[in-house]
Amino acid sequence: MAILDLANPTRFLALSARLLPWLAAACVIAFAVGLYMTFFVAPDDYQQGATVKIMYLHVPAAWLAMMCYSVMAISSLGTLIWKHPLADVSAKAAAPIGAAFTLISLITGSLWGKPMWGTYWVWDARLTSVLVLFIMYLGLIALWRTIEDPIRAGKAAAVLTLVGAINLPIIKFSVDWWNTLHQPASVIRMDGPTIHPTILWPLLVMALAFTLLFFVMHLMAMRNEILRRRLRTMQLQAASARVGVATPQAAE
Amino acid sequence: MSGWMGALFLRELRLSLRVGGGALIGVLFFLAVITVIPFGVGPDLNLLALIGPAVLWIGALLATLLGLDRLFQADRDDGSLDLMLMAGRPLEVLVLVKCLAHWVGTGLPLVLSAPVLSIFLNLEPLAIGAVALTLLVGTPALTLIGAIGAALTVSLRRGGLLLAVLVVPFSIPVLIFGVSASGAAVTEPTPFLTPFLLLAALTLISAVVGPVAAAMALRFSSD
Amino acid sequence: MTDFLELGPHAGFIIACYVVTLVVIGALFVWILADGSRLRARLAAMEAQGVTRRSARARSADARESGS
Repeated sequence: MAILDLANPTRFLALSARLLPWLAAACVIAFAVGLYMTFFVAPDDYQQGATVKIMYLHVPAAWLAMMCYSVMAISSLGTLIWKHPLADVSAKAAAPIGAAFTLISLITGSLWGKPMWGTYWVWDARLTSVLVLFIMYLGLIALWRTIEDPIRAGKAAAVLTLVGAINLPIIKFSVDWWNTLHQPASVIRMDGPTIHPTILWPLLVMALAFTLLFFVMHLMAMRNEILRRRLRTMQLQAASARVGVATPQAAE
Repeated sequence: MSGWMGALFLRELRLSLRVGGGALIGVLFFLAVITVIPFGVGPDLNLLALIGPAVLWIGALLATLLGLDRLFQADRDDGSLDLMLMAGRPLEVLVLVKCLAHWVGTGLPLVLSAPVLSIFLNLEPLAIGAVALTLLVGTPALTLIGAIGAALTVSLRRGGLLLAVLVVPFSIPVLIFGVSASGAAVTEPTPFLTPFLLLAALTLISAVVGPVAAAMALRFSSD
Repeated sequence: MTDFLELGPHAGFIIACYVVTLVVIGALFVWILADGSRLRARLAAMEAQGVTRRSARARSADARESGS
């Protein structure tokens, strides 16, 4: 029932307006706690020193980069199967956010790599997969921006998103395979075999904070998208009304 | 093969091979790419032999991407795509047949010209055979995956560049397994069959995913 | 505060990471907010011109909504 209720954009706008302040407050609190734990509680890694603090940004960003794609894939199913009117709004709103988190994950990854590996970029399996994901996000955004009609753009992007969802595991697998082929296994792994609780807890809190941040931004972007579509309908209506008025005058 | 599929296949093939079809431009482009590479990396024959399979694969990928926008564009322009959509035949099969014809028109010439071009790159006979074989098995996957991009961008006037951007991420696995299979044939310890069979699997997967997704995209672009 | 400053030899990289994250998320936030206010302004302008959507009832609900 909840999903059906949300199918009405106006009702969705009202509900999200009520929900947003709470989510934003939770997000701020989670970030405050997470950052405090990161800088004052979490110990330095015996091997990586203080650079382990980069992990508290890098890992949640990478996690969100993937979660955002899952949100888009589920929304695409909603567009194609259930024809849910908000599904393509959700998918479109999620794409730039996903691209931003993927970018953060790439930049922090390479900034972490410089002190650890001695170079900003290593064609490591994970970094490479994330780079491919970034290109896919940008491609999807480009597709949305090139097709003018929002309904048609939503359907096209939904098809591409789902094909991507099928392909991402294949890409991940092939990149892993390619990586083991080309690189000795002596690279320092980003995560050890076991994560100590003193590191795990701040990481989980930061992951929660980032997830909340995603939902706040996603809801805001969805509201924008609904307004954009409203504006578009009104503009089309105004234009057709103008034509409707102009034609009889021309006939006279 | 039932009658309509054969008829469609022949039509597509004839159109792509005739004047204005532009299928063979792909081979010319392939030649141009391969010719440019030594100017970029230097004429060191050992180096060229080392990177040869990869260069041939990337050239074939680029040439395939270049020709993909012809897959549905011309049919949409003259309205025959709408007729095909309304013909009541399974659209997925129709897309598959079109891809097959497109591959015979553009992909197969690339495969056939690869052995000739690999002489420029100082490849050994074994490596030449491996590259040709992997291209033969792998390029259909590129066409089939590319069909999705072609179907998505069919309604756009300048979709060619966007098409390439959309398709490239999906073609990475094909490139990885194609190049490593052709490399494995030359270097001893790594097995040839594993990446080769994975490449074949990719082609088979894309023979399912490609037509289904492309047909879906075509249906959406028409209504 | 002393803990905060003891970031070891790679302090620059750590600070750069946090700054980059802040900048990217901040830019996204600013973009979303600016986009929203621009859309609201244009919607209000359209409504001031007297353009109505299909149902006036929904429109009045929107007006309340976008005003909040």
